[in-house]
Amino acid sequence: MKYSLASVFAGLLFGLGLIVSGMANPEKVLGFLDIAGLWDPSLAFVMGGAILVGLVAFALARKRTLSFLGFNMTLPTNTRIEKRLVIGSMMFGIGWGVAGFCPGPGLVALGAGEIKAVVFVGSMVAGMILFEYVERKRATSAT
Amino acid sequence: MIDIAWSQFTPGTALAGGILIGLAAASFLLLNGRIAGISGILGGLLPPTKYDTIWRIAFLAGLIGAPMLWMLVAELPPIEINAGYPTLIIAGLLVGIGTRYGSGCTSGHGVCGLSRLSFRSLAATLSFMATGFITVFVIRHLIGA
Repeated sequence: MKYSLASVFAGLLFGLGLIVSGMANPEKVLGFLDIAGLWDPSLAFVMGGAILVGLVAFALARKRTLSFLGFNMTLPTNTRIEKRLVIGSMMFGIGWGVAGFCPGPGLVALGAGEIKAVVFVGSMVAGMILFEYVERKRATSAT
Repeated sequence: MIDIAWSQFTPGTALAGGILIGLAAASFLLLNGRIAGISGILGGLLPPTKYDTIWRIAFLAGLIGAPMLWMLVAELPPIEINAGYPTLIIAGLLVGIGTRYGSGCTSGHGVCGLSRLSFRSLAATLSFMATGFITVFVIRHLIGA
């Protein structure tokens, strides 16, 4: 219960941050990615502000084995830079540049009732399901 | 030379919103001990597993509920989606497959990964930033769409 309440709170705060920062608007994101046109550096300030707070939070978290609510810290342990990390991220970047949506802003725009965001999120979920399906097929054919 | 779009540049609200996003990631980390990576949280529901579902839905409900809550109090800032439906479908598929294959997106690798000084996430962030810049360059300046 506590865990889910904290999750809803974090999600809400994240969404509000995306709205305040202007990043829920794909046109603003594309303004950042269009460095050869009229460039809008706002996204860099969003990342900067978020990372500033994040640095403090992760420094605090590193010293702990349990969270403030008493849950296990489940942090990533993989430090390898594999081919799939780079290729997957490059694919994501292409999709991001095509429409100006990454997952968070897509979901916020969906919550705002934008039909086009529904189409984007629907396709994104379809892509994730497709990925999961192929991964499982591969895993079973490998054994 | 880089031409800054001074009329669109909003450093104040960008920084303020960024701090809110940072606080969201910080509270998720310090309260629940987890990384606020949106593609991972959503992807973990496809398909849902028995003990790992409610908090994921709760986080996503908060995210989707944020604009709804906002609209109760004030008018939402503009959301301009100029891409057409076929483009949105292609973009969605690429983002869906890419974030799962690359284990993260702007939130997990970008915000959280860089905050915990992960080289792996730095590599991912540089990868998607690079192709993001290139894609927009190709679409807007080479094809001229």
